[in-house]
Amino acid sequence: MSEGPLDPTTAPTFPIAARAAMGDAQLRNNVRHATNVIQAKRARVVDEMPDWQALREAGKQIRQHTMRHLDIYLEQFEANCTRAGGVVHWARNAAEASRIVVDLVKQSGSDEVIKIKSMTTEEIQLNHALEAAGIHPYETDLAELIIQLGNDQPSHIVVPALHKNRQQIREIFQRTMHLPQLGDQPQDLADAARIFLREKFLRVKTGVSGANFLIAETGGVCIVESEGNGRMCLTLPETLITVAGIDKVLPRFQDLEVMLQLLPRSATGERMNPYNSLWTGVHANDGPRAFHVVLMDNARSEILADEESRQTLNCIRCGACQNACPVYRQTGGHAYGSVYAGPIGAILTPQLQQMQHAQSLPYASSLCGACYEVCPVKINIPEVLIHLRNQVVLQNTAGIAGLFDVEAAAMKAMAAIFRSERRFKAAQRLGRIAETPLVRRDQQGLGWISWLPGILGGWSQARDLQQMPQQTFRDWWEKRSNHDN
Amino acid sequence: MRVSLFITCYNDTLFPQTGRAVVRVLERLGHTVDFPPGQTCCGQMHWNTGYQAEALPLLQRFVDQFRASEVVVVPSSSCVAMMREHYPKMAATLDDPRLTADVEALLPKVFEFSEFLTRRLGLEDVGAFYPHRVTYHASCHGLRSLSLGDGPLRLLRAVRGIDLVELERVDQCCGFGGTFAIKNADVSTAMLEEKISAVLDTSADTCTACDNSCLMHLQGALHRQRTGVKTLHLAEILASDELSPYQDAAP
Repeated sequence: MSEGPLDPTTAPTFPIAARAAMGDAQLRNNVRHATNVIQAKRARVVDEMPDWQALREAGKQIRQHTMRHLDIYLEQFEANCTRAGGVVHWARNAAEASRIVVDLVKQSGSDEVIKIKSMTTEEIQLNHALEAAGIHPYETDLAELIIQLGNDQPSHIVVPALHKNRQQIREIFQRTMHLPQLGDQPQDLADAARIFLREKFLRVKTGVSGANFLIAETGGVCIVESEGNGRMCLTLPETLITVAGIDKVLPRFQDLEVMLQLLPRSATGERMNPYNSLWTGVHANDGPRAFHVVLMDNARSEILADEESRQTLNCIRCGACQNACPVYRQTGGHAYGSVYAGPIGAILTPQLQQMQHAQSLPYASSLCGACYEVCPVKINIPEVLIHLRNQVVLQNTAGIAGLFDVEAAAMKAMAAIFRSERRFKAAQRLGRIAETPLVRRDQQGLGWISWLPGILGGWSQARDLQQMPQQTFRDWWEKRSNHDN
Repeated sequence: MRVSLFITCYNDTLFPQTGRAVVRVLERLGHTVDFPPGQTCCGQMHWNTGYQAEALPLLQRFVDQFRASEVVVVPSSSCVAMMREHYPKMAATLDDPRLTADVEALLPKVFEFSEFLTRRLGLEDVGAFYPHRVTYHASCHGLRSLSLGDGPLRLLRAVRGIDLVELERVDQCCGFGGTFAIKNADVSTAMLEEKISAVLDTSADTCTACDNSCLMHLQGALHRQRTGVKTLHLAEILASDELSPYQDAAP
């Protein structure tokens, strides 16, 4: 369980947090089991699509085009949403967005809200702002409810309580819902949540949602979900407040044809989401009487300005990269110190922090490419990771402090060696001499190194290293060529 | 055909036997091998760790060394991936039209070793003999960046005497990732553990791949745990034949 909200400005570095997470055997089992199940489901429904690669390309093109003309589509959305009776608010950052939502809830006359699962509201820690203002938020998505009642933090974009198993969830429900006799069968847990939530749905007059997509052409909003809690929150309250990043816009209604095929198959391995809600403005005697959209920037404009990494904003939050990532599978989500975990978190979080925090995240990847392979809109995550690593290096090597950076000094020395074959050959000879004191013979009489100093020690904690051969390839080649002549 | 060998910096230094095996296979197939002596490193370690300024001169060096080659063969899938995925962009960064043109002309002539055999030469049976139980690890760059597919497996299936066993979760990273293995040693080790247990489950005595960097990583743990399983680059299995079968290194 994560202690306190996931905050990239105060979180420990990834290697340290990862070590702690990996010490929790139960957590690792839960994460491995859950990601295996979702990955297998996804593979099945993706493999049955003959045009999957064409769909991915279409998804990428739509998102790329949207980002290129984001200013136009946002204003178009605002105009159309307003025309339909919605009220659009603009927020530069998290604090502004939270303040707007708190004010709107107060204006609605309610001191409670029912909430649909929303990563954007997690990003800005909206629940804390609401509670600080004396407003009680009720999470209505089953997993988010588990997180809220367990005083925990989301560890996955789509399946935020993926790190918990049934027994752990039963324990949370028993304790917080005062149900000492509760069983641990899925039916038992779902029934308990249903009874707990139904009363909130019927009582609370104000709802807060995120958005999967905003449609510029119509001013409409789209939310997909599996439990029906979203549909309740979107239709029963008198006031509905939607918080969305400015990256959530799509140009046309027709673009949903592509996105609503890509998203459910990638996210939960379903052909279609059980609930697909689309609404536009307000309507007399039908649904909420007041509808607000808070369009939030929160560093997205800065990301958009970076040609190399702006593809990060194409993300449709399916979480497929998390399930596919061998690093995430070992650590779970909390180690990333951000509500956005896994490969997408490793590129999104530092950029949302404008590279001032979370600098260890771009290195939390072996660059294996599994994330890129499954991404429904073809975000080249490894490419962005490398780009962000370069930004981290430029930060670390700037100024006087940069002169004392051990890694940078080693890298620069290596680069100088590789720039000349004469120096390279000398370094090869020198390496053989330098490693000699560390070499030990094994039973076969072969030389191995089992201990390495300094920053190289990470290697030898679990791995041996074979002694360098006495003859390099180029020495052999040279000798052979001389012999032949 | 005249084949230029780009051995790569770490094969040159740590795995010269792989280079000798590549030469042996290519010469057995009737090709001539040359080795441009000014070659050093493709720049992958610097580029992938974030040291872009340090990687750029290595691109220029590679192009200078291999510009005139008929084909370039590289026994390392990750180095070829580095070139294909990043060299065009690196050349563009340097804003040098001649370099950009050179890179564009050179890249289609660069092949990973197994790719050269299966795709450029259209071969499966290269006359090898290796009577051992072998499992194949699909290195991530070979699998995803180069899309080697079952090319290496087809080469292995044609080896006489081989007992080839499939590795479970063959698409899973071994946890090496270059400097990742040092910067995130704990996670890397956990990934490695899963791969090692999959290798041991096959009861193979040899684990092979198209990339010695993954193999060095696997070998490190296989040796530490005294498993007796050895790692061998694909080229070394293909170089082994009845006349001169593979022999373990003498102390």
